[in-house]
Amino acid sequence: MSALLPTTETTFLDLLFLSNWNTRVVVLGVTALGMAGGVVGSFMLLRRRALLGDALSHATLPGIVLAFLLASTMGFGAKSYGVLLLGATCSGVLGIIAVHWLTRAGRLSEDSALGVVLSTFFGAGAALLGLAQQETTASAAGLETFIYGKTASMLVLDAMVIGITSLLTITTCIVFFKELRLICFDQNYARGRGMKTGAYDLLLMAMVIAVVVVGLQAVGLVLVIAVLVIPPAAARFWTNRTGRILLTAGVLGGLGGWTGTLSSALAPDLPAGAMVVLALGAFFLISLVFGRQRGLLRRALRLRRRSRSMEREHALRSIWESLEHSGLDVCKEAEITERGGWANSNSCQRLQRAGLIMTAKTGSDTEIRLSPTGERSAVAVVRRHRLWEHYLLRRADFDEDHVDRGADDLEHLLPLELLDELEKELNTEPGSIPPSPHPIMRNASRRYGGLRR
Amino acid sequence: MTQWSLFFDGWIIAIAATCAVACALPGCFLVLRRMSLMGDAISHAVLPGIAIGFLLTGSRSNGIMFAGAIVAGFLTAFFSQWLKRFGRVDEGAAMGVVFTTLFAIGLLLIVRGADSVELDPSCVLYGALEFAPLDLVALPLLDGVKVPRAFLMVAMVLIINLVILAIWFKAFRIAAFDPEQARAQGMRPDLMHHLLMGMTAVTTVASFEAVGSIIVVAMIIVPAVCARLFATNLISMLCLASFLALTSAFLGHLGAVELPHLVGYGSVPTSGMIAVIGGCLLFGGILINPTHGVVPKSIRRWHFRFQTTTEDLLALAWRLEERGAQSSARVLTHDLTTARQVSRLEIALSLRQLLNQGELKREEDLISLTEAGRKRAATLVRSHRLWEAWLAKSAGLAPDHVHDTAMRLEHVTDDAMLEQLARETGTPVTDPHGRKIPE
Repeated sequence: MSALLPTTETTFLDLLFLSNWNTRVVVLGVTALGMAGGVVGSFMLLRRRALLGDALSHATLPGIVLAFLLASTMGFGAKSYGVLLLGATCSGVLGIIAVHWLTRAGRLSEDSALGVVLSTFFGAGAALLGLAQQETTASAAGLETFIYGKTASMLVLDAMVIGITSLLTITTCIVFFKELRLICFDQNYARGRGMKTGAYDLLLMAMVIAVVVVGLQAVGLVLVIAVLVIPPAAARFWTNRTGRILLTAGVLGGLGGWTGTLSSALAPDLPAGAMVVLALGAFFLISLVFGRQRGLLRRALRLRRRSRSMEREHALRSIWESLEHSGLDVCKEAEITERGGWANSNSCQRLQRAGLIMTAKTGSDTEIRLSPTGERSAVAVVRRHRLWEHYLLRRADFDEDHVDRGADDLEHLLPLELLDELEKELNTEPGSIPPSPHPIMRNASRRYGGLRR
Repeated sequence: MTQWSLFFDGWIIAIAATCAVACALPGCFLVLRRMSLMGDAISHAVLPGIAIGFLLTGSRSNGIMFAGAIVAGFLTAFFSQWLKRFGRVDEGAAMGVVFTTLFAIGLLLIVRGADSVELDPSCVLYGALEFAPLDLVALPLLDGVKVPRAFLMVAMVLIINLVILAIWFKAFRIAAFDPEQARAQGMRPDLMHHLLMGMTAVTTVASFEAVGSIIVVAMIIVPAVCARLFATNLISMLCLASFLALTSAFLGHLGAVELPHLVGYGSVPTSGMIAVIGGCLLFGGILINPTHGVVPKSIRRWHFRFQTTTEDLLALAWRLEERGAQSSARVLTHDLTTARQVSRLEIALSLRQLLNQGELKREEDLISLTEAGRKRAATLVRSHRLWEAWLAKSAGLAPDHVHDTAMRLEHVTDDAMLEQLARETGTPVTDPHGRKIPE
């Protein structure tokens, strides 16, 4: 009767293409669960309550076992799915109420309350499990599947329950997207608009409970929190917009559920929960590195680009100032070195490759000229630097010998409109380069500021 | 009653108690630093370390397993912090990602690789305390003395924790309450942080066998949280947490063996019961702790209410007497219930107390003030009317608005404040309504 039995007839390809109806239902059910977890979890992450689901899932254990005990003493189908899930829901709700009570009446901090509920409820469940194992009328062995999750023991009906609940949850999230987003970001504003924030809080909580409870059999109660936490955390690396976070988290969760379930069906005793979590973990790692918004690679590239442009602008300014000082149109590389204009030994080459300067070997030294583009860039950067220096002198009461460093920090970031405004403020001729307010130092002790300082 | 065995039950209690105290010590600092969930995360995440150590050597009693678990514990703390700081992930989510992934890896290793008899998934969750006394080892120095290996482990860890705490107590204390201050004093709070993480990891691993990786969280957090409700300083918190840990270990085993008999079953796992007892102790602690406890608070509130009603009754009797009217229980009840929200039962109780204290006396149906009662009532009315005068004069309230405020304030005014009020209002003869202020 089991849907995902890795028998000899079921090959990997059969699994992959879901040729078997049962397999198809189970895999799709867990995929839907992953999507629902991602979507609901996004709201929980944005509300900074990511780990509430952890306390909730652990708190379901005593309810499951108690439901089993009651059902078996009353003599009807002890392992009927519905009864156990009802028990799980009840004690899960009790767990959330306990967290609430502990933080309010008990004045515990949130983390302590979560830890206390998680561990004591689980302890109660473990003790009750000791009772259930002594039960003679029905075997308690099936209860273990709720702890680690086992898709192989899942019936088609169970999978359908999971799938349908998940789809309902996702639909609810889409329908109430605006309201849920509002309570994540600005509760007071929402309340001011006349929204019943408490009701939407309850709705969100109910959805979390739904996902956790149906997820128990597929992922297990120890790890079901991963379905709620990992996809949203991964989605944050890709985008900053709430709608897209939901979408990305849903897709990542679905992918994790799909690959996890498939791979757990490859061998007879692979715990499905662990496989789903590992799949999700892998997607998290990929997002961490390659994410478009906050991914490490992206941020490293952005940082590099910024520091390159700073390096370029500093070199151009040193060259321009040197030419201004000498009145010639050519200067020596060593002179720029002396002025501390090169960020490192490759700076000169890079400027030349970018077509900003032209170099010519003369004996032991290299002569440097600015190309037309280089000249334009140099004029722009010197203008920004000096305008800002003048501004600091007049308006911010800096001393003459301090403005250089202050301007160094900001000149790369000044937008053009601000420069025009500065010119108006300082009454200088538009587009001209004002004279330097201080003698320009001619030694290498002057180091520029910026990212590498 | 069950048959108790000194050997088995004695060792089980000894192991559980030692383990609980060893866990409670780092737990106090985790709770103080609001990092309780880090204990949870570490205890889950040591699993791959344990599994790898076990797979490499094939036995549970070795240093490699320990080292692996400590490394895994450190990695959890490190990765969570790193994800939070450089990945800009929410703190809770960062822990959630790290510990679930590591736990999943560990679970997979155990299921696929380890011999399920020696190290099985259910032992991961709630330990195997019941079987611990069977696995004896000889003590290295004392010939012929054999103790359970699990006891040796938790005892060693307890000693290590105590020694670490004793050496760096001051640094731990400052780092727990004020890391910035610690840095300013030239200490390294980050080092203390790593040491605490290490302690938690080592303790978790040693307790793993006895209570498993989830119930150990109860041992780490619950006694510390409960002790914090009562303790006024760090040392008393540590002592109280240790005492609560001992108590819950003892009562936990007792409950695990005896309670199921009441419903006709055999004993249940001790580890689970210890967590339950801990939870019950905490529940009781929240109810009865003196500062914010639910019960003391409501007693205080109720006492204040009762006292207010008593004083209102007395002052009412005085006012009736002032007007030359006669008071009876019926009149007093009627007047007070129209003046403010108060139950008849409360009034009846207050009336009886006043009669018992000899401040009111009853003749037939009529109730009148005694000399003692008249004196106290006069003070109350004086306080009320002086407040009215002050509110009208100094706080600028309209005379028809001062009564309700004065009615609340008169109950919390002592003699010194009364004198000051009289001084500030210039000791008026009448209140804003024109009634005489009694001496």
